[in-house]
Amino acid sequence: MRAAIFLLTLAAASHARIDFVRQIKPILETACLDCHGEKRSYGGLQMHTRKHVEEGAFKGKVLVPGKPDSSLLYTLTLLPSNVARAMPPGGPALTPEQKGLIRQWIIEGADWPVTLELGPPKTDFQDDKELVRELHRRISERQPPHHMEPYRETIAGTNVGFDMVPIPGGEFTMGSPASEPGRRNDEGPRHTVKIAPFWMGKHEVTWDEYRLFQFAKAGVDPAVDAVAHPTRPYVEMSFGMGMHGFPAISMTHHAASKYAQWLSARTGSFYRLPTEAEWEYACRAGTNTAYSFGDDPSQLGEYAWFEANSNGKYQKVGAKNPNPWGLHDMLGNVMEWTLDQYAADFYGRRGQLAFAPSTTPYPHSVRGGSWNDDPSPCRCAARASSDPSWKMQDPQLPKSIWYHTDAQWLGFRLVRPLQTPSPEEMYAYWNNGVEKE
Amino acid sequence: MSMTDSMPGRRKFLQTGALALQAGFPAVLSAQSAQPIKVGVVGCGGRGTGAAAQALKADDYAELTAVADVYQERIDSSLERLRRAAGPKVKVEKEKQFVGLHSYQDLIASGVDVVLLATPPGFRPQHLRACIEAGKHVFCEKPVAVDSPGVRNVLESAALAKQKNLSLVSGFCWRYSNQIRATMDQLRNGAIGAIVGYYATYYTSPVKPMPPADTRPAGISDVEWQISHWYNFSWLSGDGLVEQAVHSVDKIAWAFQDADPVSCVAVGGRQIPAHGGNIFDHFEVNYLFPNGARAFMGCRQIENCYNENADYIMGSKGQITIGRGPLPRITGEKTWSFEGARNDMYQAEHDALFASIRQGKPLNDGVWMAHSTLLAIMGRMAAYTGQQVTWEQALHSNELLTPLSLAWDGSLTVPGLPRPGVTQLL
Repeated sequence: MRAAIFLLTLAAASHARIDFVRQIKPILETACLDCHGEKRSYGGLQMHTRKHVEEGAFKGKVLVPGKPDSSLLYTLTLLPSNVARAMPPGGPALTPEQKGLIRQWIIEGADWPVTLELGPPKTDFQDDKELVRELHRRISERQPPHHMEPYRETIAGTNVGFDMVPIPGGEFTMGSPASEPGRRNDEGPRHTVKIAPFWMGKHEVTWDEYRLFQFAKAGVDPAVDAVAHPTRPYVEMSFGMGMHGFPAISMTHHAASKYAQWLSARTGSFYRLPTEAEWEYACRAGTNTAYSFGDDPSQLGEYAWFEANSNGKYQKVGAKNPNPWGLHDMLGNVMEWTLDQYAADFYGRRGQLAFAPSTTPYPHSVRGGSWNDDPSPCRCAARASSDPSWKMQDPQLPKSIWYHTDAQWLGFRLVRPLQTPSPEEMYAYWNNGVEKE
Repeated sequence: MSMTDSMPGRRKFLQTGALALQAGFPAVLSAQSAQPIKVGVVGCGGRGTGAAAQALKADDYAELTAVADVYQERIDSSLERLRRAAGPKVKVEKEKQFVGLHSYQDLIASGVDVVLLATPPGFRPQHLRACIEAGKHVFCEKPVAVDSPGVRNVLESAALAKQKNLSLVSGFCWRYSNQIRATMDQLRNGAIGAIVGYYATYYTSPVKPMPPADTRPAGISDVEWQISHWYNFSWLSGDGLVEQAVHSVDKIAWAFQDADPVSCVAVGGRQIPAHGGNIFDHFEVNYLFPNGARAFMGCRQIENCYNENADYIMGSKGQITIGRGPLPRITGEKTWSFEGARNDMYQAEHDALFASIRQGKPLNDGVWMAHSTLLAIMGRMAAYTGQQVTWEQALHSNELLTPLSLAWDGSLTVPGLPRPGVTQLL
């Protein structure tokens, strides 16, 4: 444990460094390479390799590691856009965040692997397997984490972030014993499931994060823009229950999966919905009682928002005590999507399957109970299943594939497995393939 | 003229609910019930297709036999979806797929028993009249007209439907929602005392934004272009207040027991480019009712603004709140929250319609659906002109928005955006 804390400190220090591949390369490729790439050398400058940049241009040094104010690569971006030498010319100026990233990257020594060649950005992605291969490439290019520590990720260009908690791998007993009050038959047979290590969202995904996806405008990165986005919600989707710091609700399984893909594209880390087994493992957090704090429902109010204390609505995330692994609101507040197709008899025929793959739009497994539930559906083992009636407020046919307007107690949180999956697996995680009407 | 005389009150609606519950075919109907009910749909967009799916679900022997739209492609995609949803109940031969502005006439003549009217609302009065005259039961989407002559036309059709024992069920869906019915029951039973005010909000994003004029394809006629972007033309949609916020206006009407208001004043305008359309993107209407109570209706369809769709019914002893949180609730001297099962109100409309047909007990929502529509039109008239508008003025207005004759390839110039203080009250 002491070693883990030590590593955590080291990693936290290195985490702050600018990541060239993820943070600088896309800016240069989008803003510079069209005129200063392999094919064109306006002003005598090419920028597709580090060597070319170091050679500089007719008019001076382009990149002086450690000295942004002596590097044209930085200083020309500061000029007002109506000045002739302002870079990039004609197009939109770099954002203050992008300028800040470049400045910091130069201060830190302008790390740029010699063999890494930049290319003009690909601009015509579709949300298909090719896009996933590109996202996989980007995710794989990042330094893989060797050790698991909690981290906070801020979504670039915003002040919105989220916290991820490491969940160690292990084995646990899934399901509940026949003696557990409130148990239903689909919670058995109890069986052992092996879980690989992953991080899990400390909180349910909030509107602060989800609205960036809902209201995303096409930006500088075609691979982010290409991820299928929800239709703009036409009514106010919190129904007056609150936005800032409150959980996002009423999204379909498809929408939650696409959010995970979008977030992966935005951050360069792989995110997906938790499997039902991962969810229960993380919820139990090493316990085997009905709730992660014991068997006594009278204590539930200290850990969860449920019918008796929720005042008829969801509440801000993180306000109640966490479970033993530091996760908040696993029980209550909003129910949470899992990756699995729901089947009442799945536990008896799981075999070696990590999760139950989807073959039909309904039902999918939903966990944790909500502000609208009695204590029993808020037990660690309790399972719920999605239903078409969750979008009965949508009078149209086809109904929206993005919204469950009637499920105002339905949200989700994401996981990030330690082991990055293959492009094919990523594609399967992000496209359940059944959300059609 | 009062429109409240034949107003179905709460009791009638409770009966409607009871009928809906019996829609699972009571034994007395079994001899009759194997007989198919043939359904036709006019307007095969998302709403018409949804309504058709609900109709087919409402009765074991309902079958879709005819469809009409202005585009064959929309008919094709609609039928494909319906076949997935309702399978063998979709029996629309190629020769019963009618295309064009006058295709509703062919559909009505094709042997259907029930017609679902789901085109843009500008066509509704004409379509409804043709259906009722031909003896068809009708599901009539909201709003039922876009101007006062259209409302009067609908009232005549409603009266004719009554004479002919035809069912006429409205698409004002909240009247078929368990939770809103229960809430209105609370109001009637005095849970908040006497009603003194009603504030309704319908602040949303644009519903179907108008594309820039330079995206108009070469060779497309004015009529086709406008129908393709019907929401943005007052002669087709009636404007956002009449087309969309009318759901809330209908709840206001319901809360005031469908009484005629005295008058209203309103402000409204357009902030975002109209691109050749002529509807406003915001309204705020203040209605005066005979007992001195007032109702305020605010609606907006602009991106990136505060959105809300709620109702606040203020009484002498408390307040009803709808749409803030998932369930309606009452605060004040008495507290209450809806606890029953929520229903699918869209399905309930069709369950009620088909049960009424099977039982030979026609439902007729005609008067109040026309009343609610006119209440919204009255607010729009006040906003467009900048004048105070009385109920009598609204009811007898001769302002006609819908052209008297239309050809698919015809040219059609629409008036520009109304200007309060300049636009005349007609």
